[in-house]
Amino acid sequence: MSPVSARPSAVSSRIARTADALAQAGAVAEADLRKLRHDPWEPVMRMVQPALWLLIFGQVLARTRGIPTGGVSYVAFLAPGILAQRVLFVAIFYGVSLIWERDLGIVNKYLVSPAPRAALVLGRALASGVRGISQAAVVYVLAAWLGVPVRWTVGAVAGVVLMVMLGAAVFSTFSLIVACIVKTRERFMGIGQVLTMPLFFASDAIYPVALMPGWLQGVAACNPLTYQVDALRSLVVGNVPGSSGLALDFGIQVAALALLTGVATRLYPRIVD
Amino acid sequence: MNEPAIALRALTRRFGSLVAVDRVDLSIGAGAIFGLRGTNGAGKTTVMKMLATLLAPTSGTALVAGYDILHQPVDVRRHIGYVSQMLSADGELSGRENLLVPAKLYRIPRSERARRMREALHFMDLEGVADRLVRHYSGGMVRRLEIAQAMLHRPPVLFLDEPTVGLDPAARHGVWQRIRQLRDENGTTILMTTHDMDEAETLCEELAFMHLGTLVAQGTPAGLKARQGSGATLDDVFIALTGASIREREDFRNVARVRKTFSRIE
Repeated sequence: MSPVSARPSAVSSRIARTADALAQAGAVAEADLRKLRHDPWEPVMRMVQPALWLLIFGQVLARTRGIPTGGVSYVAFLAPGILAQRVLFVAIFYGVSLIWERDLGIVNKYLVSPAPRAALVLGRALASGVRGISQAAVVYVLAAWLGVPVRWTVGAVAGVVLMVMLGAAVFSTFSLIVACIVKTRERFMGIGQVLTMPLFFASDAIYPVALMPGWLQGVAACNPLTYQVDALRSLVVGNVPGSSGLALDFGIQVAALALLTGVATRLYPRIVD
Repeated sequence: MNEPAIALRALTRRFGSLVAVDRVDLSIGAGAIFGLRGTNGAGKTTVMKMLATLLAPTSGTALVAGYDILHQPVDVRRHIGYVSQMLSADGELSGRENLLVPAKLYRIPRSERARRMREALHFMDLEGVADRLVRHYSGGMVRRLEIAQAMLHRPPVLFLDEPTVGLDPAARHGVWQRIRQLRDENGTTILMTTHDMDEAETLCEELAFMHLGTLVAQGTPAGLKARQGSGATLDDVFIALTGASIREREDFRNVARVRKTFSRIE
């Protein structure tokens, strides 16, 4: 075959491989989401936490009127933060399912298949993203019920869905990396607990970054959660003074996801060692 | 001579200072049902994991279905099925869903998918329970489903790690019958590990014995017994080859895993 004709075929085979990998990632996600369908109580149980934060923490703190929220009520300020928090908490423990499935021998099945490792990692991120959306629905309903002026435009809701999926993908892939390193459920749960609260408090989920001491502001600036909250706040209630802007918010998630996926792809096969 | 379906060349794997598999050379002909026996910790599962590209060899290599496990792992994966020792079908999914996932993962064309899944369920006698969650299956049903999963893309080579461990005699015979039928109908080469003398004798046409990471004997069940003397059983051969120097190499994690498999069956 001459080099001239070889070129387009190389391109088309690359396209075919990418299409295969995406379909394979879809299959991994589908397996996970079908389980959710068999166990519909899981999302219901997960409604309790955001309800407590918004109904109790939000209502009480709103009375102090000590937190500058840029012209919106504290509950309106808090709702997107709690949405991001729920996505974080669900995603950060996602890696434990990999350890669980490794112990059952299910991960072996994926690893002996011809699917690229990156597709296996992205499939799990995708499933985590869809799980995150159920959290978003809960927070939206609660927020609307509490009188938060939620923006219902198509653009805003689509933006929220996209950011929730990206946020869940970022933290679930991070969680996958932790799982591949620590390898046992006990150690993983310990580390998960240690990671979540600092990530949560070093973000603008429940108070603006401007209120933090300088060193903590530095940490918050490196925390993807800060940018998730920023984007969600702009999209859900609008009007965020000092916003970093949606372009930066989304850009940081995409960059973080690309970096984490690269690392997770390398570490993934080690889970069965 | 025909190309062997599986060829190990000085295959070696170390875990720290432990040599789990020590320069093993072995050829397995196409269409054979080949059994690997050995003490716990002899290296059988490690060999199988390396051949299935789950574990990288420390040195040496192997060809599986004509592809090198070191340099062509994706081609190897396309041409093998692997069923691990653990009961690994997903209990939270139905039997049918457990087939749908690999069908998509192996990119079986949509037009073929339904037919192959139907045939696999029929072949394994699981049609009646296809939509039930697998956690309600018996041990024998789970094993048959797992073999169906591993065969859905019609690989020429199938690895079975202790396929009947913990099954009752009837379930065991059910699995044996399917393994034999797979080979007879499709010419699949089957490499399996086993602890069970009956299984080694009735199912496997050729056997290799492993001990402390090395291959210590190889032959047909009849040939191996004859070598030991008249009236000898395969267990006699096994003990003669390994018994004198049995060293416990099984670790806690290994034992825990086998027990867990048992508890899921019962």
